[in-house]
Amino acid sequence: MSEIYFTKEHEWVKVKGNSAVCGISAHAAHELGDITFVELPEIGKKFKQEEVMAAIESVKAASDIYAPISGKVVKVNMELEDAPERVNESPEDAAWMVELEIDDSGELTRLMTQEMYDNYLQTL
Amino acid sequence: MTEPVKTTPLNKQHRNLGALMAPFGGWDMPIQYEGIIAEHRWCREQAALFDICHMGEFHFKGDIVSSGLEDLFTFSIKAIPEGRSKYGFLLNEKGCIVDDLIVFRLADDEVMIVVNAATAPNDFKVIKSRLTTGQLSDITANTAKLDLQGPLSREVLVELLGEWVSGIPYFRFVEHDLLGSPAIVSRTGYTGELGYEIFLPADKVVELWDILLKDDRVKPAGLGARDVLRLEMGYSLYGNDIDETTTPLEADLGAFVKLDKQFVGNEALLSEKNKLSGRIKVPFRVTSRRTPRHGFGIYDGDKKIGEVTSGVFSPMLGCGIGLGYVETAYSALDTVLSIRQDRTTMDAVVCSLPFYDKGSLRS
Repeated sequence: MSEIYFTKEHEWVKVKGNSAVCGISAHAAHELGDITFVELPEIGKKFKQEEVMAAIESVKAASDIYAPISGKVVKVNMELEDAPERVNESPEDAAWMVELEIDDSGELTRLMTQEMYDNYLQTL
Repeated sequence: MTEPVKTTPLNKQHRNLGALMAPFGGWDMPIQYEGIIAEHRWCREQAALFDICHMGEFHFKGDIVSSGLEDLFTFSIKAIPEGRSKYGFLLNEKGCIVDDLIVFRLADDEVMIVVNAATAPNDFKVIKSRLTTGQLSDITANTAKLDLQGPLSREVLVELLGEWVSGIPYFRFVEHDLLGSPAIVSRTGYTGELGYEIFLPADKVVELWDILLKDDRVKPAGLGARDVLRLEMGYSLYGNDIDETTTPLEADLGAFVKLDKQFVGNEALLSEKNKLSGRIKVPFRVTSRRTPRHGFGIYDGDKKIGEVTSGVFSPMLGCGIGLGYVETAYSALDTVLSIRQDRTTMDAVVCSLPFYDKGSLRS
């Protein structure tokens, strides 16, 4: 069973052992509208928590995606390069973007749980 | 001084449909209902309904020539037969574009001028100041405009209004009663599809909107989809691609300018034509799915050679497309351009118009 956490920038991360699978939240996908382009990082690249890791474009706007936790890229979802609309269809599941190998799981304490994130959305 | 945002008679309809609303040209307008790409597709395949009540309409009655109206625009009104319309420009003395507009020839001594929403108040002042006789009235507030655009628009309107709609050719219109009031049905649009612009009294538009939306072939579309549709055709948007700093020649819209005719701005354009102009508007395709956006820089290596004025992701082409001004040396077909803004960078290639050439426009 994996645990899901969220950032204030609307990324999610599902943590299982040392692996962190990341994407953007359903709220973010809805706000962006039709997504037309996803730029994914190279495998092996390392990111610090809150560093720009990927980019996304929609019919309305372009926006950066930040690493929810520090780590090294071990996998990316190549399907999104040709079918970025998958992010609108299944933002918190099939349209995961990047899998990181976690550097320091202590950083998870800076993230929000599902319940905290739901409450956070109410304040926006 | 900021004026309050105006609303069209359909504002409540948009809100009931759950539209995302935003200010455009001084009006509170629907940007999208279901989603920009779905609405765009519906227009390309079925029939999309747009609330275009924000656009300005002026009515003129008087002698076209002696009033000075004939000398106002970059084309001859005298030469437009009754029942036809023509696209062109209102220019300032420098030859720059005050607005792009369509003139409908209603009668020998009567025309309707359709202008952009944001520019309408200034257009009215400029036109009025240049007329010596005749009666010019701003009929925007009492005139509603609905655009029904898409390959099925003809059959929808024929069933609703009558067989007479089917015979209207491109850039022609018919004055006909609609819901008991005088209306104009014009075979024009901004999408590249077969379509109609319907002008009717403002107090009838809610009724017509509701009737049209009861048809399963018709769905509402917002200004977001409209922007993608017009750009896939390469149509310019006033305020983005053309404005009071650009001439029609720089905008590569010389086809809508009759240089051998008298009009304000004509002399400036003639002298521009005789010297090398510095820049020209070009259409370009991005070599990826990235979207160029208004204000992005256009480069040759490190040298800035221009700027993007419009850009979208084209669902029909599967890539980014755009319009922008570049130094004329970079305007040849197939020239490779580098487009950049902050960390975003993409390559593009100068191409020809329209970007999308499979529309039902002339069918």
